[in-house]
Amino acid sequence: MSGGIQSALNPAGPNAGSLARLWWLMFWVNAVVYVLVMIALVIAIRKGTRQKDLNPVLNISSKTETRRRNVVLSAVVVTTLVLFMFLIYSFSTGRSLTADIANKNGLSIEITGRQWWWEVRYNDVDASNIFTTANEIHIPVGVPVLFTLRGGDVIHSFWVPNLAGKKDLIPGKISTQWLQADKPGVYRGQCAEYCGLQHARMAFWIVADTQEQFNAWRQNQTQTSVSPATDSQRRGQQVFLSSSCVMCHAINGTTAGANFGPNLTHVGSRNTIAAATLSNTREHLSRWIADSQQFKPGNKMPQNNLGQADLYALVDYLQSLK
Amino acid sequence: MSRILLCVSLLVLLCGCKREQRQFTAPPSTYKSYQVVMSDIHPGSAGLPQPVRNQSDERAYDTSQGKQLFIQYNCAGCHFNGGGGIGPPLMDAQWIYGDTPENIYATIVEGRPNGMPSFREKIPDSQVWQLAAYVRSMSGQLRKDVEPGRNDDMNSRRSEQRTEEKTPKRTTPGSNR
Repeated sequence: MSGGIQSALNPAGPNAGSLARLWWLMFWVNAVVYVLVMIALVIAIRKGTRQKDLNPVLNISSKTETRRRNVVLSAVVVTTLVLFMFLIYSFSTGRSLTADIANKNGLSIEITGRQWWWEVRYNDVDASNIFTTANEIHIPVGVPVLFTLRGGDVIHSFWVPNLAGKKDLIPGKISTQWLQADKPGVYRGQCAEYCGLQHARMAFWIVADTQEQFNAWRQNQTQTSVSPATDSQRRGQQVFLSSSCVMCHAINGTTAGANFGPNLTHVGSRNTIAAATLSNTREHLSRWIADSQQFKPGNKMPQNNLGQADLYALVDYLQSLK
Repeated sequence: MSRILLCVSLLVLLCGCKREQRQFTAPPSTYKSYQVVMSDIHPGSAGLPQPVRNQSDERAYDTSQGKQLFIQYNCAGCHFNGGGGIGPPLMDAQWIYGDTPENIYATIVEGRPNGMPSFREKIPDSQVWQLAAYVRSMSGQLRKDVEPGRNDDMNSRRSEQRTEEKTPKRTTPGSNR
């Protein structure tokens, strides 16, 4: 019954774990109640309607009357108790989700939802460690991480079922969410609030690494982009800087600094492009650049009528940005 | 009688062909500079510069593309959905740097003082003309059958097709409204 990289029934952290416990408690209690109600219904049907019950004259003995009243009363009392138990348990679960335990750790990630991708910014007290990436969030295992959530244009919702519940990203309002992964792995997240044409293809990955892997990844991400090494890559960089790419994208270490689209400083190190829609291969990348509308109609990247040589050089350059 | 009716209706249908034309392969970008007409008085004997015909003004596909590019190139970041904000409004009758296609082309390619950046060599020529056509449709200056008929995203205002045509007025920066 459990399993899957995008399933609330396969919790991989304390946050999702307490939600799953609440879910299974409600499931089993309700299953028992359902079975009892069905048994009572079957008994009532099998007894059938007696002739004297059709007669509205009050010929029921006071003994029967008392018995029936006691049955109804006890059913109401049991229902109320069960519902109150649910209420208290659900309340305490909710409190544990919003607890402020993540602040102690210091790892704070800022997420901005945009049509239709995720901007991810790793905050740090040391400004030189701050960096921006997109759609692929690495976190260390066993440490609570605090997410600060913002809406960039319309309302989105941040949802990684294996790690935590949903939280809306509302423009003009900052919300927080903490989560923790207990075992290394890759978990899929998805926008859970309808946000426009490509809402369904607005996904992301949470990669839970060991602390050493995470530190190495983070160390690499804080660096500026690598310089082009081959002729083709140099030409690709030239194409990037002298065409419409620079109007929306940034590559740290070059003159490209726009932030309307995803930051591409380390785009070669990501496993997917286009908000976890396509794997990051040469073919996907070049077709995406030439005409992204065929994969995600309505997205905000215009078609690029580059020559084939320029396009391949550009892909060479982007793939070298590890 | 029915034959005449058929011929007439076929002729009427022909009129619709123009708006459906589109250019499938864009020519390589060339950037010309056009003179902005700020006044009817012009020095010298050469007279006013010749107006340029923007083919995109007559093509429904191009104005719709222009409408998408307006969002994609973040024109809406300053001009919003035509009502203006950081940049001047584009859906009204006031034009600071001219309302003709070549004026709008020059505004996009060369930029203007007080904030309009130059998009020279960043936006390909064919797309600039599509944008210029769309900008004119915002104040209803194109043929109704060419202007975009609906908004894809937020319905922040009437579609261009349903916007009444406004007579362009020249204005100077800061003097509008």
